[in-house]
Amino acid sequence: MNKPIIRVFVVLLVLFGLLAYFTTRWTVIDRAALQDNPQNKRELLAQQRIARGSIVADTGTVLARSVRRGDGTYARRYPENGLFAQTVGYSFLNPGTAGLERFYNGQLTGRTAGFEGTLRKLQGKRQQGNDLQTALDPQAQQIALDQLAGRAGAVVALDPSSGRVKVMASIPSYDPNVLRSAKQTARLNSAPGAPLLNRTTAGLYPPGSTFKVVTAAAAIDSGLYEPTSTVNGDNGVEISGVPLNNDGGQSFGEVDLTTALTQSVNTVWAQVGERVGKRRISRYMERFGFGSPVPVDLPADERLASGLYCSPDGNRELVSPTDSCVDIGRASIGQDKLLATPLQMAMVASAVANRGILMRPGIATRTIDPEGRTAYENKPQRFSRVMSAASAEKLTAMMQRVVEEGTGTAAALSGIEVAGKTGTAEIDVINNIAQPWFIAFAPASDPQVAIAVTIEKTVGGFGGTDAAPIAKAVMESLLR
Amino acid sequence: MNARNRELLGLVPASLLIVAGFGAVFLQERTQLDNLSLTYGAIFLGLCFAAHLIIRVRLPDADPYLLPIVAVLTSIGLVVIYRLNETLARDQAQWFVIGLIAFAATIILLRDYRVLERYRYLIAAASIVLLLLPRIPGIGQQANGAYLGISLGPVSFQPAEFAKIGIIIFLASYLRDTRALLVSRKRFGITLPRLKHIGPLLLVWGLAMLMLVFIRDLGSSLMFFGGFLAMLYVATDRLIFPVVGFGLFGIGAWFFASTVGHVGDRVSAWQHPFDPKLYEQIGGSYQIAQSLFAQADGGVWGQGFGQALVSVGDSPILPAAQTDLIYAVIVNELGLIGGIALLLVYVLLIERGFRVAVLARDSFSKLLATGLTTVVALQVFVIVGGVTKVIPLTGVTLPFVSYGGSSIVANFVILALLLLISDRARREARR
Repeated sequence: MNKPIIRVFVVLLVLFGLLAYFTTRWTVIDRAALQDNPQNKRELLAQQRIARGSIVADTGTVLARSVRRGDGTYARRYPENGLFAQTVGYSFLNPGTAGLERFYNGQLTGRTAGFEGTLRKLQGKRQQGNDLQTALDPQAQQIALDQLAGRAGAVVALDPSSGRVKVMASIPSYDPNVLRSAKQTARLNSAPGAPLLNRTTAGLYPPGSTFKVVTAAAAIDSGLYEPTSTVNGDNGVEISGVPLNNDGGQSFGEVDLTTALTQSVNTVWAQVGERVGKRRISRYMERFGFGSPVPVDLPADERLASGLYCSPDGNRELVSPTDSCVDIGRASIGQDKLLATPLQMAMVASAVANRGILMRPGIATRTIDPEGRTAYENKPQRFSRVMSAASAEKLTAMMQRVVEEGTGTAAALSGIEVAGKTGTAEIDVINNIAQPWFIAFAPASDPQVAIAVTIEKTVGGFGGTDAAPIAKAVMESLLR
Repeated sequence: MNARNRELLGLVPASLLIVAGFGAVFLQERTQLDNLSLTYGAIFLGLCFAAHLIIRVRLPDADPYLLPIVAVLTSIGLVVIYRLNETLARDQAQWFVIGLIAFAATIILLRDYRVLERYRYLIAAASIVLLLLPRIPGIGQQANGAYLGISLGPVSFQPAEFAKIGIIIFLASYLRDTRALLVSRKRFGITLPRLKHIGPLLLVWGLAMLMLVFIRDLGSSLMFFGGFLAMLYVATDRLIFPVVGFGLFGIGAWFFASTVGHVGDRVSAWQHPFDPKLYEQIGGSYQIAQSLFAQADGGVWGQGFGQALVSVGDSPILPAAQTDLIYAVIVNELGLIGGIALLLVYVLLIERGFRVAVLARDSFSKLLATGLTTVVALQVFVIVGGVTKVIPLTGVTLPFVSYGGSSIVANFVILALLLLISDRARREARR
């Protein structure tokens, strides 16, 4: 009888081997997949027991903080309600995390690894999060929101020399405090106008004439043109075989590029774009940041890439400007298949302002541990050199003319030189629906702020009359 | 060194384990260590020492490793339960004492365990009654769709834990008598016993199926039936029996999985643990999904003792953490290393159990030791396999580790029986 007993033992050993294998599978092989499973709330639940760090604006205004509840867990509160809703994001068990709350989750929960973490545990201290310091300016943000006055749109302002983001306003907005309730979350998820969407980084709009700044940068920096070079600005010049109209059907005759930018002459810039060519335009667009998700410290799924979107098989997809589906003349005036996020257009203004050097935009400046030491520093980083300092200076002078005597006079500030560019992208010509834009920086001689403003689908709207006044008010606040 | 001194020495690691374990939990909860963990360790050591003395006096030749192995398992269980819930740990410690009393009673009363053979039909009948008790209205309890517990006044217990011992005793005795008859008749080149000999065995199969229907628990019936087939195979040395047996069981299980809603739910939760509908459904796949998430967080080394996230505030994340999911808690805190180490301790226990079966001289002892060991091993497989998604998750306890009075007491009776068999076997072998 002993042989079968040993065989039964062997069968049981095999079964135990199976148990060991499956334990290995869940703890090692499939570990990452299980931890990323959206149904896995362990991480979030564990974080409920951690005093999460605060998120603070540049002036010290608290944008997000944790309050202790009776059962020893912590809940998130947003004292400024919807002021920086989409940027700060939220952190709740349901619906999870978004915005800075998500991007800096590791810092905010203070996952202190290694020796220090062990020491804290031995001392019996609770895990405590690091505070997040940002460069955000609540006063200017409030002005941006007030100025948008309920119209769907976005305002982004940054410091061109460091890339620090000062204003990031997106309308429609919401109060993150209500997301504590599942019902309100469901309502917001399906609300018209998508209030949860951060339009500054994930809203894609045709940039219209503001894109002429990119075309001009390529034209001048490549040495093909000077601000004084003249081009025929008559109405109805054929671009890709189809006549192109100027605003109001106006013909300008032979005009220099400065005038062409000041008066936003479509036909001139379309011809310039065609001559500069797809490859050069493509290179400059890349340097400005087009073609890849806008580089800012927000979660990847809240950032979109600006660039040319073609739909060869019905699905909109990002293509290179050199793709055969692109009408480079019309793309050069910000129409055709070109789409951009407001932050991307603020980066365009910022690169010109910072003498051709584009700084990577950054919302957070640093994190501070519970002992008051800097735990992490988000140092200003150069994104690229877009153009020479000389080209940037020439472009600045041209953009100043836009505000002094051109389409952007509504953005003029008394005593401060402003450089800017208007845009009015055609959305629906028949119903006269357009997307007004304005990008600018100031003071022109020593830029402190670069800005982009856009308003969604406005009937009869103009960049110069609808977007420029908003930019003016926000810049005024930031330069005070 | 003689067997008993080796056993005494073997208890030292278990005691160190429980002192270290309680110490770790104290550090976690109270920031400073007080000597209470040493007190718990001393009490535990004292109780093990008492058990050791009983064995020393009554069963001097018994296997010296069984008690230390069980002591290690029990101490792991006590520490993990203590870490989950202090009150439950106190209960469990009381059950541990009652288990030791049952252990002592078994050893003292069953001087010669072979008297059990005389009462085999009585034992079988009592076991079947025990199994069906949970379905009696008024005292039966339903948990997650399965009928496993009964409550009599303040005490609630799981009769199946005791019924499994009774049925194994019956089968060991019955198979001892009929094993020759079962293989005596051959037709068409295969072993084909007469109906009157195979009848009682078909009855056992029917009983397992009945358990599926009445108790509605796939895990328990798999455990019973697997134990039965192992004994049948050892008794006859004919592979045909377990093969046909598993075939029949498979057909029955498949039939009930597709007709009995609760069993079917368990199977689909096992197949698709992350299906949103099953995940949300009450009694659906939430538990198994959480078990896998908890294990994933453990990784290779674990999150550290006392670190497992079991509940937030008052809401539990790991349902039944102290019973069904205790293995997931152990893997979460002690990692893959801890899980494998625990499985190895069980392998050692099973190895000792089969060693007892091999050493035993008479068929009844061999079959009894095989049956008891196999059932313990299969119980580990059913619950750990359920928690790790090898098989559908059902609610049986992890022997000696999970919280649960009936389980602790019944398993200590099994330990006592194995020691009784081993004492006789080793004494006879020495002569």
